Amino acid sequence: MTTSDILRHTQESGDFTRLLESIPYAGYIGLQCDRFGDDIIFRLPRKDSNLGNPMLPAIHGGVIGGFMEVSAAIYLMMSQDTFRLPKIVDFSLDYLRAGLDRETYAECHLTRQGNRVANVMISAWQKSRREPIATARAHFLLDQ
Amino acid sequence: MTDKVLVDRVARFINILNQARDLGLAVADADSGQLTLCLPYSEKIIGNPETRVIHGGAITTLMDTTSGSVMICALDEFELCPTLDLRVDYMRPAEPDKAVYARAEIRKMTRNIVFTRCEAYQEGGEVIATCVGTFMRIGREATPKAYRDMIMGTEQ
Repeated sequence: MTTSDILRHTQESGDFTRLLESIPYAGYIGLQCDRFGDDIIFRLPRKDSNLGNPMLPAIHGGVIGGFMEVSAAIYLMMSQDTFRLPKIVDFSLDYLRAGLDRETYAECHLTRQGNRVANVMISAWQKSRREPIATARAHFLLDQ
Repeated sequence: MTDKVLVDRVARFINILNQARDLGLAVADADSGQLTLCLPYSEKIIGNPETRVIHGGAITTLMDTTSGSVMICALDEFELCPTLDLRVDYMRPAEPDKAVYARAEIRKMTRNIVFTRCEAYQEGGEVIATCVGTFMRIGREATPKAYRDMIMGTEQ
């Protein structure tokens, strides 16, 4: 299957298995996603190799960033009619709380969709959605 | 402090971070107030299998680790400085099969905050990404003495 076949299959079926298998980095950090109607919740199950600070212990901040980046790209692709993963242009990330060694969740929101660029907001949490561990926004270049 | 002392301190610090160890991050160069880390190419961090380009997330981790460790090259004693925020600009995709380097420097350090800048590049190539970061100084006492001694290389 080519990438566009996989994206078409994912959009039509809502089954992310093939898409996630096709992105080695997503598998490397262990990213999962589930669709609930139009909503998608991204999950990062706990994983030893994702840890940074060994004293808390806490998930490496870079992994939290990578998790949110992949989530935003998949979310944006699902809201488009094209079957290509969008290119990230920039990413701005605020760390609000330590990401402890437990499952982490993320959800995305399309803030603005232009002709060429889209702005996506991402929020990641663990214990409660009302207590995010990180928030981010990203710009993506859309395929013409 | 000689560069070798700084290289060893940073190497001991990044070696206790599971994700940094798993990615194979290594110290390429350390000097007063600046640090260069290297991320080797590997299949597991590919973002797009058709182009074999590594994912931006791995570059974010490289730049977060480099920016978050550069304080070791400026402080006499180890202090863990949690990341407050990062802003990453992706200029161009990294070439497959080649290592990526990140060079971070401290722009300003105050009693509470460290401001950093970082650039990611490949050998002989243009800049791939840049990153501006701010880090919180929570004080050396926030890190257990045994860890500090281990990183400083002053264990008994």
